[in-house]
Amino acid sequence: MPEPLIEARQVEKFYDQPSDNRIQVIAPLDLAVYPGEILTLLGPSGSGKSTLLRILTGLSEASGGQVLWHGSPIKGPCENVSIVFQSFALFPWLTVLENIEAPLKARGVSPEGRFARSLRMADAVGLDGFENAYPKELSGGMKQRVGFARALVVEPEVLFMDEPFSALDVLTAENLRSELLELWEDKKMPTRAVFIVTHNIEEAVLLGDRIVVLGKNPGRIRTNFRVDLPRPRDRKHPRFTRIVDYIYQVLTQPDTEHALPATGPGSPKTDSRLKYPMLPHARTGGVAGFLEILADHNGREDVYRLADLLSFEIDDLLPIVEAAALLGFVKLSEGDAEITPAGLEFAHADILRQKELFRGAALQHVVLLKQIKSALESKSDHTLPDEFFHDILDEHFSEEETLRQLETAINWGRYAELFDHDSERKRFFIPEETPGPPQNMEVGTET
Amino acid sequence: MNVPGLSRSLIPDRTWNFLMDATVFAGLFALVYSIVAVARYWFSAPVAAVQISLSPTAIPRYAFYSLVRMIVAYLLSLAFAIGYGYFAAYHKRVEGPMLAVLDILQSIPVLSFLPGVMLAMVSLFPSHQVGVELGSILLIFTGQVWNMAFSFYASLKSLPRELVEASRVYRFSNLQRFFQLELPQGAIGLVWNSMVSVAGGWFFLMACEMFVLGKRDFRLPGLGSYLQSAASAGDATAITWGIAAMIGVVVLIDQLVWRPAIAWSDKFKQEQVESSSAQSSAVLNLLRKSPLLTRLRDGVTTPLMERVYLSASRRPPETQSRPSNWQRSVVAVVGLIALAGVLYSVFQGLGLLKGITRAELLTTFESAGATFLRVIASLAIASAWTIPAGVAIGFNPRLARIAQPLAQIAASVPATALFPVLLLALISLGGGLNTGSILLMLLGTQWYILFNVIAGAIAIPSEFREVAGIFRFSLIDRWRIVILPAIFPYLVTGLITASGGAWNASIVAEYFHFKGQVLSTFGLGAEISSATDAGNFALLLLSTIVMATLVVSVNRLVWRPLYRRAETRYRLEA
Repeated sequence: MPEPLIEARQVEKFYDQPSDNRIQVIAPLDLAVYPGEILTLLGPSGSGKSTLLRILTGLSEASGGQVLWHGSPIKGPCENVSIVFQSFALFPWLTVLENIEAPLKARGVSPEGRFARSLRMADAVGLDGFENAYPKELSGGMKQRVGFARALVVEPEVLFMDEPFSALDVLTAENLRSELLELWEDKKMPTRAVFIVTHNIEEAVLLGDRIVVLGKNPGRIRTNFRVDLPRPRDRKHPRFTRIVDYIYQVLTQPDTEHALPATGPGSPKTDSRLKYPMLPHARTGGVAGFLEILADHNGREDVYRLADLLSFEIDDLLPIVEAAALLGFVKLSEGDAEITPAGLEFAHADILRQKELFRGAALQHVVLLKQIKSALESKSDHTLPDEFFHDILDEHFSEEETLRQLETAINWGRYAELFDHDSERKRFFIPEETPGPPQNMEVGTET
Repeated sequence: MNVPGLSRSLIPDRTWNFLMDATVFAGLFALVYSIVAVARYWFSAPVAAVQISLSPTAIPRYAFYSLVRMIVAYLLSLAFAIGYGYFAAYHKRVEGPMLAVLDILQSIPVLSFLPGVMLAMVSLFPSHQVGVELGSILLIFTGQVWNMAFSFYASLKSLPRELVEASRVYRFSNLQRFFQLELPQGAIGLVWNSMVSVAGGWFFLMACEMFVLGKRDFRLPGLGSYLQSAASAGDATAITWGIAAMIGVVVLIDQLVWRPAIAWSDKFKQEQVESSSAQSSAVLNLLRKSPLLTRLRDGVTTPLMERVYLSASRRPPETQSRPSNWQRSVVAVVGLIALAGVLYSVFQGLGLLKGITRAELLTTFESAGATFLRVIASLAIASAWTIPAGVAIGFNPRLARIAQPLAQIAASVPATALFPVLLLALISLGGGLNTGSILLMLLGTQWYILFNVIAGAIAIPSEFREVAGIFRFSLIDRWRIVILPAIFPYLVTGLITASGGAWNASIVAEYFHFKGQVLSTFGLGAEISSATDAGNFALLLLSTIVMATLVVSVNRLVWRPLYRRAETRYRLEA
């Protein structure tokens, strides 16, 4: 094994809460980037993959553990890395050439040297003729080429890319991916390793010599394996689809390794209450649509094929699948989703009946909705301020996640007609004249 | 289309460039000369009481002096605003206090700074004219700096995260970061706020150039003092000349400075896609073409900046070092001294306030009530005409094309300059200053509301109006359901600015030297002015505190909640 360029040892990220709890974003993990490889880091949203990228580049500090750059710990941003950003991060007031020159300027390269090097790099990524344009005059694909040129002009040892293709349309992304591979294969870029963060599974398999899959809540490595398919890779090749399928399996499998290793002496307090069940951020309409499509596919389908069929990326589809599974409408096994009898009934019901079924399932399976409903019922005026639930949740989630949890809960609660929310007064309440559960529904009373 | 070789088609271009060069050269020469002239005047011994000549031939000189004062004050404000905003944005510990200080300073009327600033400056330079001059400049400065500082701070706080990360990962020096990231990001806000600030400067120019402080009579040659003297003398011709000169200067600056500046700052827009409505300015285009300026840039500025960047890049790169003990103790000492200073002045101020009688206190509160009512009345009148007019202009592009430039010129005329004329009219109509001051406040503040309403009306999607048409909304429903909610955020912004302006204007509107006598009415503004005139510092301090408290609490209790509501409920999401 060669020396790694960058190595993370027991790196973790958490936010301390005022109470005894803390919010773990990334559980302690080891990861190394070796010369000569393209490493793709794959994970659903909320798995901390962008955070991990920022820790490895030295942009943000880890809460624990160490990042080694050629064997010695880093302080501040790394000497010789570059980042290609999802949103391009070009300076709108600089021309294409000035944008590419900016990092050289920071290194004190003479004007002539700067000009020659950036012009060469602009040509290499196909920007000839656009040197004097401003970023706003360029299409998304051209903007990202500027991002590439700016990243490569400083001849970084490791090129980091943070979802570089996800802001582009499908065709442009495909085009840029193959050009990136061409530069890499032909050794036209001076870079020794490439580290790509993505949430697109096919992209990870197309590009990666090694694939690392992160799980979420907290982020941790679920699998880390080499891909030795020859390039250019064929999406239809059975070995390709087998790898994609395998990743889907890993991602849809319920988390088995709940018990996290202790984070070291003095912090045994962390994980006792960490596992508050998390609402997947899916819209109710999405769940209903997913169940109807699944029913049309004879009730069982490969999640990967469904994603392909709907041209969804995992970040779009996974929350919906998770929500359906949480509600007991589907069962997941081996990357397949199978509809349950309850799910099938839901899929074939009319709108009002769907709401009833959803209400029943929600009260049976979703802790947060159950809690909100019973808390509201226990009050004589049937109303409670947002802060009440906010305080319950922020023990377990970051501020941002807490707000998203509440937002999803409101969406589900409204759909199920369990409760309503007044966004101006910031209060949850049960409407007075709920047309509400018909007589034959006995849900909503048990907790 | 220029065909190379066809010399005829090249001629106009060349002549223009030559003219441009000549103009630029003349401008530079004039600049050097005026610096010398101003310096000679400033460092002369103080003239006991400058006699303000009412002859129209004196106007160019006075306009020049006023302009120099404005420019110096503005440059000071710009430097201070950038420094203050930068420091506040990057020092977490002092961020909160620094913002609170800005908020309060912003609500203190300019003229309340007058005695302190003046006396300090005059005692610093007892034997030179420069003391009084600096005092006047500092006064103008206090009137324009706060919103600029706020603007720069806010733009630093809203730097896009990925741009910041890019500048870190590519190891920009602080200097490169400032010139390529922070300053461009703040440019648009700074330009717009500079316009507002300078307009405010013109508004208070009269008060800043000529005033009585206790037994001392301060006068500086300038347009403001010219107008004020003309008003006291009741000289209608002089007033007309003065107003014409002021309007001329203001419009000229608008065309030669602000329009080009706005067009130039267009390139700093944080937009990913080019928008169709780009600003343009003929002056800017000419300047860009000037070969002299190009040569200056290529020959001097660029190499100089290269040098600076090079030396900055040689410095050790960013390390996340904690401040050393030495730095910390310096900060602590400075903080302690500042705190001691604040405590001392609070103590002194309290001592001063002890002299206030019960009756004076009561009068102050009553006059605050009177001015409060006037502010509300002026806002109500302003809304009553500007909302329908603004909506009409906003809905009708043809009307907008005619009305907007006119309104902009009207708005740029400092209302204080028109006061004498209005006063003449009021007196001949037999009205007193009691209601007249409402009119004067209105004159200065209605534009903020009008412009915001126009902007709001333009932003209403045409679908909304089509819906109202299809479902045959009545006139009342049309306003209640469609127009008012849609313009609400803009209206609130306009009202906030207008109310601040009205409070400030009350000082000049309620108390006026006219035809050798003092016209005044009962109100907090009049109290501040007369306390200044009489050198009654206790009363001045008290009334200033009352006014600042009123403005801050109205902001907190009324405007901020309304603004938040506008932001959440009435926002037209894209």
